[in-house]
Amino acid sequence: MLSGFQLFPEQASTLAPEVDSLYLGVISITAFFAIIVVVCVTYFAIKYRDHTGDKVGAPITGSVPLELGWSLIPFFTAIGIFVWASVVFFHIVRAPDQTLEIYSTGKRWMWRFQHIDGQREINELHVPIGRPVRVVFTSEDVLHDLFIPAFRVKADAVPGRYSAIWFEATKVGEYHLFCAEYCGTRHSGMIGTVYVMEQADYQAWLGGGGTTAGGSMLQRGEALFTQLACVTCHLSDGTGRGPSLVGVYGSQVTLDSGAVVTADESYLRESILSSQAKTVKGYERVMPTFQGLINEDGVASLIEYIKSLQAGGTRVASAQ
Amino acid sequence: METMVVEKPVTYINHAHTVSSWQLTKDHKRIGILYLIVVSTAFALGGIFATLIRMELTTPAGDLLSADVYNRMFTMHGVTMVFFVLVPAVPAVLGNFVMPLMIGARDVAFPRLNLLSWYVFTVGFLFTIASMVLGGVDTGWTFYTPYSSQGSESNVLITGIGVFITGFSSILTGLNFMVTIHRMRAPGMTWFRLPLFIWALYSTSLVMVLGTPVIAITLLMLVLERGLHLGIFDPRLGGDPVLFQHLFWFYSHPAVYIMILPPMGVISEVIACFSRKNVFGYSFVAFSSLAIAVFGFLVWAHHLFVAGISPYSALIFSFLSFAVAIPSAVKTFNWTATLYKGAIWWKTPMMFVFGFLGLFLVGGLTGVFLASLGLDIHLTDTYFVVAHFHYIMVGGAIMGYFAGLHYWWPKMTGRMYNDTLGKLAALLIFVGFNLTFGPQFILGYLGMPRRYHVYPPEFQVLNVLSSAGASILGVGYLIPMVYLMWSLRYGRIAGSNPWGAVGLEWTTSSPPPTENFAETPIVTWDPYEYPAADVEGHVA
Amino acid sequence: MPEAVHHHHPALAHHFDDLEQQKEAATLGMWVFLVTEVLFFGGLFLVYTVYRAWYSEAFAVASHELDVTLGTINTAVLITSSLTMALAVHAAQLGQRRLVIIFLVATMALGAAFLGIKSIEYYHKFTEHHVPGPSFAFEPHEYARHAQIFFSLYFIMTGLHALHMVIGLGIMTWMLWWAWRGTITAEYYSPIEVSGLYWHFVDIVWIFLFPLLYLIGRHVH
Repeated sequence: MLSGFQLFPEQASTLAPEVDSLYLGVISITAFFAIIVVVCVTYFAIKYRDHTGDKVGAPITGSVPLELGWSLIPFFTAIGIFVWASVVFFHIVRAPDQTLEIYSTGKRWMWRFQHIDGQREINELHVPIGRPVRVVFTSEDVLHDLFIPAFRVKADAVPGRYSAIWFEATKVGEYHLFCAEYCGTRHSGMIGTVYVMEQADYQAWLGGGGTTAGGSMLQRGEALFTQLACVTCHLSDGTGRGPSLVGVYGSQVTLDSGAVVTADESYLRESILSSQAKTVKGYERVMPTFQGLINEDGVASLIEYIKSLQAGGTRVASAQ
Repeated sequence: METMVVEKPVTYINHAHTVSSWQLTKDHKRIGILYLIVVSTAFALGGIFATLIRMELTTPAGDLLSADVYNRMFTMHGVTMVFFVLVPAVPAVLGNFVMPLMIGARDVAFPRLNLLSWYVFTVGFLFTIASMVLGGVDTGWTFYTPYSSQGSESNVLITGIGVFITGFSSILTGLNFMVTIHRMRAPGMTWFRLPLFIWALYSTSLVMVLGTPVIAITLLMLVLERGLHLGIFDPRLGGDPVLFQHLFWFYSHPAVYIMILPPMGVISEVIACFSRKNVFGYSFVAFSSLAIAVFGFLVWAHHLFVAGISPYSALIFSFLSFAVAIPSAVKTFNWTATLYKGAIWWKTPMMFVFGFLGLFLVGGLTGVFLASLGLDIHLTDTYFVVAHFHYIMVGGAIMGYFAGLHYWWPKMTGRMYNDTLGKLAALLIFVGFNLTFGPQFILGYLGMPRRYHVYPPEFQVLNVLSSAGASILGVGYLIPMVYLMWSLRYGRIAGSNPWGAVGLEWTTSSPPPTENFAETPIVTWDPYEYPAADVEGHVA
Repeated sequence: MPEAVHHHHPALAHHFDDLEQQKEAATLGMWVFLVTEVLFFGGLFLVYTVYRAWYSEAFAVASHELDVTLGTINTAVLITSSLTMALAVHAAQLGQRRLVIIFLVATMALGAAFLGIKSIEYYHKFTEHHVPGPSFAFEPHEYARHAQIFFSLYFIMTGLHALHMVIGLGIMTWMLWWAWRGTITAEYYSPIEVSGLYWHFVDIVWIFLFPLLYLIGRHVH
């Protein structure tokens, strides 16, 4: 654990040094302006102090050049900070193309994590070092928020939709994981630990640790696909009553309204749970909703299975 | 030698003594005092909750209060302070009292509506008290759904209704002020001869009138959803919890400008008087108030940066949030320049101004951190935000309120208070405040989330510092209650203009008569033309 | 300004200099108030717009369950009541006490008729189980969830509008009494004018509510 007095959390991800640099940069810039004002105020207050209460101040009313100066300089400084901060922001929210997915659900008052290989964890998250990881999550009840200070990432968990954070851990160790959106009585107890491990240790953990009952998410998803009869309409050659799902993940889908959307996790989730919301062009609006027939873990497993469907056979998706 | 029989002057206080003359008053000055009573009560209540919160947070474990009680504490602290102290304090207490005097009017445009505003406000407050008695609310003052509509088992309905009712007080006061400033200025009082406090109140009234109805309808929908299971924000029916956040913050962000614009107006008044000098850049300060009011409506989604809005929305709101900071910066520079070559009089009101300048500076600049998207992801929902808004709300708004209270106290009561004690209070508040909230910036960056009842042990040292500061801050706030009360009976009699200030309110007696002015003044001078023409009762 | 000349109209409040200033203040005050009402209803309209964009099919199907005949009648009733209100204000400006009373009564009757018809509609919704809550039932079933949102908005929006009408009727009653008493004259008619503004606003809100709630997708069959 960390000892001593700290001003910063550990830098344990590739994002952390970027965010910290931005922080120090903004501190420096704002401190610069603050010191100017504080020095002026203090100096003027003392230098021009009148003990009698009888004197009058100088008849100065203003200066347009000064006004322009102290409007424009802060404005352009602000633009500079805005641009810098926005660049960092895009690094935080845009995950790299190849990421290791981990699914999660927050519910009062715990976090459940599901690894693709099937391991399940509660309030603990094991991840490998040096590999981009993307956590896709939602809430089963009220708003929550997944926050890992050492990685400098955070996003709200909203019931009814998916959120995602991504990180690439750079330092082995144990780090706090907090819920950062007030959710009731045990909000401050909804915390956990992220374990960053060397690759080899992580493989070992995958092999032995965690709950693997039921096989990998992909296997569970495949089983559900049959169980819930998705396979009867979603034939792989596209001749069924529903569109083929081969290669659908990440592709552009045209809806009957004419709009074109990207088939990401949220789209797939909505298609399963609110099937009437969007219909693919050329198909009838006949897909039933599976709301109530499948839980969040099941949805996530189905999505992992659908992601694996590529032309010419299934892609093996694993944490290896 | 002649002997003169001096009759005790008839003032707004002593012209009638019955309770009903206060309960049914149409006098804006009496209404200001009525607000003072309720606002002070709310401040004391909110302070008690804050004390309990800081006491609990001295240790990492939840050993003083249970989790449920703690959650209700921070919620009721927020609700009480936001709606019953910060929003009304300067406008409804000081604004009501002083505004008509400052523009040379006999009263506000709609005196009976003004009294109704106070009754509505008090009824809303009583609903909130009822909620507390019944166990309070635990949703946070932000009432986020679905927790508030379905998850919480606390008194959401009563509190929601109470805040809904109180909103109308804000709307009616804003309406009253706007019409008064437009239609009841004394002859010669053109817009650019108005004191800056009036510009601030006018800008605030714009926000009150345009923003408050939105929180009203939002709370109404929440109450109906919770009470009648309607499903507007229920994700199980296809409702969107984030929509609630958009609606809530559409008001609640401009609301923070309701809370800070009037105190900024106070700062302009006090700094001019105690520098014996014109406010530097009068029209820039005046227009900055309007700019803040307008821009304030364009930034609400910076509270939703991690809530699930698109990155492109986030970019736009981030940019606008930077923009809204500029007028506040302009004001700060103008106030600083006002001190240059002034004749600065270190009296209690001015000490609160100095405190404001330092604390608002930190509060405003830390807003820049939060507007920066790359930082906000890490900082939002942590103690950094808590520190930021307390620096502005307490360090800024409450300091400004106290500055105004100490500035106009002689006008309102006819009495002077002990200046040394006043300065001591200001110093204690300044020191205590920094010790309370300074460490919280560090806690926030370290990752301590807000609204946490228990926390990891490594955060304890900073929490203890913060709680220690809170005890000093508490003492600092208690002292004025003592000497201000004491002054009512034993304070030196103040003349009409003890500070030698320029302003119409200082040309009438302290306290003023009910009709404000014996004769309607005719204004031919600019604001802040020092020295003042008449300075009856000028103190040294 | 010397207070020498005291033309104290009985209706002049002491804090105003003259009736003109009082009238201007009242009028500006009512306009500001109406702006707040726009923002108040505006929040509801925003919520409606978002959900209609997301669930347009369900909203259209649900909208067809509303009685467009009664809704149209109500629209005509309300527009006519605005006409009678405007005529009342006009009569007041001309000091025609009898006409003021007649037109005020007509406005109130039409307003009451509107509320009566609305009650009938609400009753129908109740018997059809379209009132949101535990007893809500809607066919076709796949639209039920989103239809419940539609009906929630329907009841809140029309309910709030009806509440404003009830308040309006109260204001009319008050104006009726003043007109009867002779307080309203050609010199002092601003209370009626300002009440008229309020009534027209309530009418305009309905003009928006009607197509948004009743007429979704009615142009196609």
